[in-house]
Amino acid sequence: MAKRAAPEVNAGSMADIAFLLLIFFLVTTTIETDTGINRKLPPIEDNEEDVIIKQKNIFTVLLNGKDQLLVEDELMELKDIRKAAVEFLDNGGDGTCSYCRGKKDPGSSDNPDKAIISLKNERETSYKMYISVQNELVAAYNFLRDRESNRLYGWNFSEVKKDIDAGTYLGDVTDARAKLKEVQLLFPLKLSEAEPKKN
Amino acid sequence: MSKFTKKKGNELPPVSTASLPDIVFMLLFFFMVVTVMRDTELKVEQNLPKANQIEKLKKDRSVFIFAGKPSLQYRKNFGEEGRIQIGDKFTDISNIGLALTEARGKLNPELQSKVVVAIKVDDDTNTGLVTDIKEKLRQLNMVKIIYITASGDPIDQ
Repeated sequence: MAKRAAPEVNAGSMADIAFLLLIFFLVTTTIETDTGINRKLPPIEDNEEDVIIKQKNIFTVLLNGKDQLLVEDELMELKDIRKAAVEFLDNGGDGTCSYCRGKKDPGSSDNPDKAIISLKNERETSYKMYISVQNELVAAYNFLRDRESNRLYGWNFSEVKKDIDAGTYLGDVTDARAKLKEVQLLFPLKLSEAEPKKN
Repeated sequence: MSKFTKKKGNELPPVSTASLPDIVFMLLFFFMVVTVMRDTELKVEQNLPKANQIEKLKKDRSVFIFAGKPSLQYRKNFGEEGRIQIGDKFTDISNIGLALTEARGKLNPELQSKVVVAIKVDDDTNTGLVTDIKEKLRQLNMVKIIYITASGDPIDQ
């Protein structure tokens, strides 16, 4: 008796099964990338020496428990703080800053290296507002750094930094990193977050 | 003559669907590979604040701290005040150190010294809680932090 050939398995429903699985994975997938604002906290030092900083070199931002902003003793809206911070950082009061384009107001900061932004908040301040203010202050620095990198190298600081971080920068990465450092030093980020007022 | 009339030239042959399973499988494998199942269950609310001056988080060297109001099913036991969550459980402010050191131990040994603490806080939280966390981190000498935010313009929120 001749051996009967085994009948072929019907593969017609294979596509349906695969679709089902596909849809399951499509629904469960969350491609998440976390983004945020980087910050370095000041380390605790044993010798707490009082460094004397001239009042004019400090840009005080107070944020109270009702989310109101007091910038340099004046009430301010969130949208205006970026411009105010840029003016303060870019002032160049003592004339040593050759790249500053500010008003050279003697009552404001001496140069970007000495300029410090001090952000104080209360315990009841909402986190949303706090992050918004932080964001605007970082934006002020980024604005100035973009301007300087454009002047020196013809590209935007923040864009190149983003590309390097994402690994999509076309060109010499080490060279670009060194240039980023230089631009950073022109406007070093000096943002002090003091402990909040107790009340 | 019928030899010539039989052939109808304008009828298209049906599209072969034989390769459809292959295509679908290809997609399936792609999604299977990129899918990461969540390893921590969130016990606090997480509506992140918006910001636009943001940088990407390097996931291989970060440990997470979540904070915010407890989710609905935990309100009964833990109240409505902002709480801190590390890993899978609620943590008290005084225990952060232990929990963070444990979380850091799970990272790649070469990267442990470069640890970045990712602070993921609900936007409806008091900043005081964040300040407490920051103060604790300074004592632990984990000074590199990142405030995790959603992207968007903070001014028109």
